[in-house]
Amino acid sequence: MRVPAIAFEGVTKRFGQGKAILEELSVAIQPGEFVSVVGPSGCGKSTLLRLVSGLSPASSGTVEVDGMTPTAAREITSFIFQDPTLLPWRTVRANVALGLELEGVARERREKTVEDLLTLVGLEHVAGSYPRQLSGGMKMRASIARALASKPRILLLDEPFAALDEMTRDRMNEELIRLYQQHGWTVLFVTHSVAEAVFLSTRILVLAPHPGRLAHDIAVELPYPRTAETRGSEEFDALVARVSRTLREVHSV
Amino acid sequence: MKRHAMTLGSAAVLFVALLLLWAGAIRVFDIQKFMLPGPKAVYQAAMERMPSLLTSLAITAEAATGGLVAAIVIGVLIALVFAQSRWARTMFYPYTILFQTVPIVAIAPLILMWVGPGTFAVGLFAFIICVSPIIANTTQGLVSVDRGLVDLFLMNNATAAQILFRLRLPHAMPALFTGIRISAGVVVVGAIIGENYAGSARVGVGGLGYAISYANSQMETDYLFALVAAATLLGFIFFFLVMFLEWVFLHRWHESARGPEVE
Repeated sequence: MRVPAIAFEGVTKRFGQGKAILEELSVAIQPGEFVSVVGPSGCGKSTLLRLVSGLSPASSGTVEVDGMTPTAAREITSFIFQDPTLLPWRTVRANVALGLELEGVARERREKTVEDLLTLVGLEHVAGSYPRQLSGGMKMRASIARALASKPRILLLDEPFAALDEMTRDRMNEELIRLYQQHGWTVLFVTHSVAEAVFLSTRILVLAPHPGRLAHDIAVELPYPRTAETRGSEEFDALVARVSRTLREVHSV
Repeated sequence: MKRHAMTLGSAAVLFVALLLLWAGAIRVFDIQKFMLPGPKAVYQAAMERMPSLLTSLAITAEAATGGLVAAIVIGVLIALVFAQSRWARTMFYPYTILFQTVPIVAIAPLILMWVGPGTFAVGLFAFIICVSPIIANTTQGLVSVDRGLVDLFLMNNATAAQILFRLRLPHAMPALFTGIRISAGVVVVGAIIGENYAGSARVGVGGLGYAISYANSQMETDYLFALVAAATLLGFIFFFLVMFLEWVFLHRWHESARGPEVE
């Protein structure tokens, strides 16, 4: 059996002596899966990502990323935050290069990688601009390009498109799924939007709140490649309805 | 462009009007020259003694620049230490406020006794008056970095030094400049107070503060006015120089340093 990309074993997380945010969570995510996490606020969705990234330690139980501790696995993991978190004093190009620079990658290779990534996310025309000159969607694209610079095998995304308007959000979803199809990452994606989760994922985890725990584990068997047309299909609508229903049940408990 | 010309034009008109009012008041109220000289007398005094006026200006400028630069270097170093730990901040921050609250005139005799008169003593006065706003603002800038950005650096396995120099320090630049701007407004004040006490190692040669005391004792009120104007001008130059540097360093990315929008 393969080593799971991400494995939770009886993970509980509490802050100080407070109530548990997550309780006894056990779930394994296989390499290549695109897993979305949905659930009402207070169910510990974002905490889950912070555990995987090693930014926050588990109170009990173990979290393993590719068989390693989360901190040791940072080399192969990239985090895309809710805000674009671009450095305002750096140009788009220099922002995308940040991770490589911190790693000490040689300038020539860095520049080559950055140019390729800017082309990949369609930002080559604003490479020399500063973040304040960009739209919300462009900032998010720059943030994604930066996350991809270290050639991660595992992507963690914390409601990355929540602040965007619906049109931009749909387009960003289509770009993300296109990149996912090309690269075959393992993705853990936290979102509030059921439609977004269904469109992107191979699997959806529905969490219940107080304390956060796994309530449903739903496989999404929509065919690939997924494009804008996928949203018009009957299966898509049926799945959205189903996930919404489970989410309402979880809410009312 | 037209707007700028209008602003400059009205400023010039106001300036001339004030000079006329000043000259007129002296004539109408028949004020003695040693009490309040007219603008023409001030101008003449300045022209006649231009070489010594410029020498004084240069001496004060040198001491003030030294004090301000030292305040920036030492202030930023202290702020970098403060940014490292909350403990250091709570322990030592109150003491940095002492620089601001100590009545500088009251400790002047001490400074004079300890370091002796001369440019170094004057620079020290300028430093004391300048350093506190720089420490306070820079520290604030260094510690107010968004949590998400720190997480980003941590996710990239950044070292503590990388977080300090590639994240906190650039983030603190606008705050640092705010501190320098406050200091640049008072640095000349500090230097002149210093010169009143410790202005000259040699009799007869000194900065603006020294020359002001001397002119006052000689009842050369017209020259005193010229010196005051020179000191004010020097303060302006410091202030605008800092504004200019702020613009150079920050205008590309920071909102506050951008010039007025083109309309």
